[in-house]
Amino acid sequence: MADRRYTKTHEWVTVDGKHATIGITDFAQSQLGDVVFLELPSAGRKVAARETFGVIESVKAASDLYSPVAGKISEVNEKLASKPELINSDPYGEGWILKLELAGDLPADLLDEAAYKKVAEASSH
Amino acid sequence: MPYLVHSPEDRSAMLETLGVRSMNDLLVDIPQSLRLESLQLPNGLSEFETMAQVSSLAERNHVYPDRLTFRGGGIYRRFIPAAVSAVTSKPEFYTAYTPYQAEASQGTLQAIFEFQTLIAELTALDVSNASLYDGATAVAEAAMMAYVHTGRNEVLVSGYVHPEYVQVLRAFGEGRGIKVRKGAEPNKKTAAIIFQQPDFLGLLVDARRLTQAAHDVGALAIACVDPISLAMLAPPGEYGADIAVGEGQQLGLSPSFGGPHVGFIACKRELVRKLPGRLVGTAHDAHGRRGFVLALAAREQHIRREKATSNICTNHSLCALAAAVYLTYMGPYGLRQIADVSFRRAHSLADRLARLQGWEPAFPERQFLNEFPFRVPKARSVVRKLARKGILGGLEVNRWFRELKDVLTFTCTEVNDPQALDELMAVLES
Amino acid sequence: MSEPLSFELSRPAVDPPRLPEAEVAGPAPADVLGREMLRARPPGLPRLSEPEIMRHYSRLASLNYSISENFYPLGSCTMKYNPVVNEAAAALSGFADLHPYQDEDSVQGALELMWRLERALCAIVGVERVTLQPAAGAHGEWTALRMIAAFHHSREENRTEVLVPDSAHGTNPASAALSGFHVIEVRSGDDGRISLADLESKLSPRTAALMLTNPNTLGLFEREILDIAEMVHATGAMLYYDGANLNAFMGICRPGDMGFDAVHMNLHKTFTTPHGGGGPGAGPVGVKSELVPFLPAPTVERTNGHLRLDFKRPQSIGRVRSFYGNFGMLVRAYTYILAMGGDGLSQASQDAVLSANYLRKLVEGDLDMPHEGPCMHEFVASAQNLHEEGVRALDIAKALLDRDFYAPTVYFPLVVPEAIMVEPTETESKATLDAFAGAIKEIVAKAKSDPQSLHEEPTKLPVGRLDEVSAARRINAYLQGLSEDPVLRWKAPAEAPETAPQQTLQESPC
Repeated sequence: MADRRYTKTHEWVTVDGKHATIGITDFAQSQLGDVVFLELPSAGRKVAARETFGVIESVKAASDLYSPVAGKISEVNEKLASKPELINSDPYGEGWILKLELAGDLPADLLDEAAYKKVAEASSH
Repeated sequence: MPYLVHSPEDRSAMLETLGVRSMNDLLVDIPQSLRLESLQLPNGLSEFETMAQVSSLAERNHVYPDRLTFRGGGIYRRFIPAAVSAVTSKPEFYTAYTPYQAEASQGTLQAIFEFQTLIAELTALDVSNASLYDGATAVAEAAMMAYVHTGRNEVLVSGYVHPEYVQVLRAFGEGRGIKVRKGAEPNKKTAAIIFQQPDFLGLLVDARRLTQAAHDVGALAIACVDPISLAMLAPPGEYGADIAVGEGQQLGLSPSFGGPHVGFIACKRELVRKLPGRLVGTAHDAHGRRGFVLALAAREQHIRREKATSNICTNHSLCALAAAVYLTYMGPYGLRQIADVSFRRAHSLADRLARLQGWEPAFPERQFLNEFPFRVPKARSVVRKLARKGILGGLEVNRWFRELKDVLTFTCTEVNDPQALDELMAVLES
Repeated sequence: MSEPLSFELSRPAVDPPRLPEAEVAGPAPADVLGREMLRARPPGLPRLSEPEIMRHYSRLASLNYSISENFYPLGSCTMKYNPVVNEAAAALSGFADLHPYQDEDSVQGALELMWRLERALCAIVGVERVTLQPAAGAHGEWTALRMIAAFHHSREENRTEVLVPDSAHGTNPASAALSGFHVIEVRSGDDGRISLADLESKLSPRTAALMLTNPNTLGLFEREILDIAEMVHATGAMLYYDGANLNAFMGICRPGDMGFDAVHMNLHKTFTTPHGGGGPGAGPVGVKSELVPFLPAPTVERTNGHLRLDFKRPQSIGRVRSFYGNFGMLVRAYTYILAMGGDGLSQASQDAVLSANYLRKLVEGDLDMPHEGPCMHEFVASAQNLHEEGVRALDIAKALLDRDFYAPTVYFPLVVPEAIMVEPTETESKATLDAFAGAIKEIVAKAKSDPQSLHEEPTKLPVGRLDEVSAARRINAYLQGLSEDPVLRWKAPAEAPETAPQQTLQESPC
């Protein structure tokens, strides 16, 4: 999808009007390895841009999840509780994590695909 | 020199392989100003001389026979089956490391898994961890779990919880900004109510009411329990406590001047991710064979670093193994018999003490199991008199609780045979 | 080869062990206590006879690697020989049967041992006093940080940050966070040592302490330690020493002389108390004079040959463990120090350094060595050179298990990709080191000729590589209420009748 934007902390976001969908990138899932657990907030919570909203765990690693945008959580991907492997198999599709109702403008520092590719290359040394 | 394996020839050969002339060439990174000539310690001794010195220190301590020990206060003399040390002294257990490489550590891992199951069964809670340092740090770690789980920063200590456990809890709490309050009413800031069953004096508390009081304000109930009592008393899981902790010394470990022993902690399913320390679970290999692995490691310090639920790394595996052997040896009915014999003897002793001139139960309306407080005339001289006759008498609890002047707690277990009770009474009556 | 669980071996018909009877006229619990106080159903403990129990645990023991049988090159863990005399000393009745609440006069030997051990540790690390209370290394780290916090607090300074190198043990940041500090990471430079420039930029009036291990986790001595100490002290912060690597330089140099203000030691590493499959250990903390008032209470004091416990320490951080710490481990460590003496400890560290350098030399052609030597008591290699073959540090570790060696520490420190951290210690012979190097050579050759077969190792152990991913997913499903298989404990099969008969406990078994 052309309108997918990225963060330096390896999350992606797509925007459709006032609605945003968030996940982690293919690069992030490959670095993390097989995902075994996600600790996620409930719908209704408000998050700020770059705020930590949860944790993602593999057997050997754990990392915080940061929201690329500000807004109110409208939906959490319930399937991930029983099938965390969706993050690995389909990070941009069935492995989405949150849906948000956007509040305010998009942060200026979101990256496009080309810019993110450079970030990923730099961190995979 | 003892325990060193290289001969002078080995050392020369190794230096030659390295292409250096002396050890100093390998220590070049250490600034010259820091180098020592030698340690300010005596030179080493032969094993014979070493043991002679260590034994002479051991002989300077007075050991009371277990049958004449009536003092508890958190550490108890119990019968320890020979099976326990026969297992824990196997070098395959005691010289192994934390089981990071599961395939080469199945013995330790399975033993821990059995320990976890035994503690979960005793406490009637969902999951136990692989062990903690002691009862005191177990209480503190449980309070941390409650703090993280509820987001509240006050814990209430109800009644006579072991004073040293409360001191450790305070020291832990200070780092995280957790307030420890005693004797206060629970409210919306309360993260947990902590109680001990039976309490430090040996008295039974109303665990159901305390658990309910915690839940009424949305706090957790933390029960600090005596593991042997759980053969007899309703377990924490049955009355709804969220976390059970305790000291496992009584499960096959000698007093050892206070340690090493083993702390245990078990909790409800929804709290497991906040449980500190190691956890062992089952897993399978490519051939479908069952094995055991360290599980949920991503919560731990080596992965989460400053975000970990606890900093614990080393636990007390070998002591947990001792406890597992002990509980397996006893089985449900052996453990119940131990609890029962201790109960009967303690009640018999309490009856006899009550007949002494000026002696009376400190809390006559309260029930107890095998430890109980008595108000006695001149507690200190009573204890001294018993010591002169080779008896370790009751514990003076006044040193921790000002209101308990001249109160001694006495404890009885299966090792205090009826003749020992007679000997104690004879000295007290004389 | 596998062994069923004790719960699976359990048979309800087995008699309980023979135990004392009450033999007094005391009441039964059910006569005194209300029914709601009592347990309705016996706990589900297994029921086995003694011969079955002993065989069960003997079989379990045979499934373990241990230092008594195998070389354990586990970096950072100092797996050396555990002298058997230590066990004999700790088992002496005068120690093992001592109640912690006996009167002071009756425990003078125990207090004397603690006092002498404290003096010996002071001499080895160069500090004023030592607390023996902490039960483990991480517990010691946290204790030291609480003292440092109390020190700054007593001077009414608000210092909220603790600096930790990126190569540090995970317990460092965790202990700092639990002590209420913010953790700030300091980067390592290309030579594997702490970057002074980065340290400079992170030191501030908010800095409470820098936590450092020296030699660091790469096995390299921080050559600029004196400059580091000066920089840290100039800002009013304290320098904390993580003693995991103390085995590198006993009798060669001392953390106290380097400028460290607080030092923790692992008696279960440097001082040979056994690891016990993960503990118990002991983590004493030594401090310089500024921190002495804040030591945990009680301390052991000695006047005119009489020993006493000092509880009256108004500025103390309080108590960090019940009683006086892991006393049994203190006995073992003291016994070791007596036997070794100053001369033996110095030689032990020199041999540890020599062995590490020797082994490093033997394997440097087979694995990458990301940093220049000489190393101290351990070295960090990398399996990056086998990247093209698809062979990773984990594969090397598992292949070593098949060759009767325990594995080195892998993937730590985090600053080295595919890290393989090797610590041989002074108690492994040259022949063992040669054999280990030979095994590495053979494995690396196999990695090049037949990498696929390495992924399948180990094949000679009771189990092959275990599927931790599906285990973790099963556990998380249980914890979220999506499954009833707890994975973290055994559970009786649902259909089967209870293993223990439905005898109510109101009926006394005696």
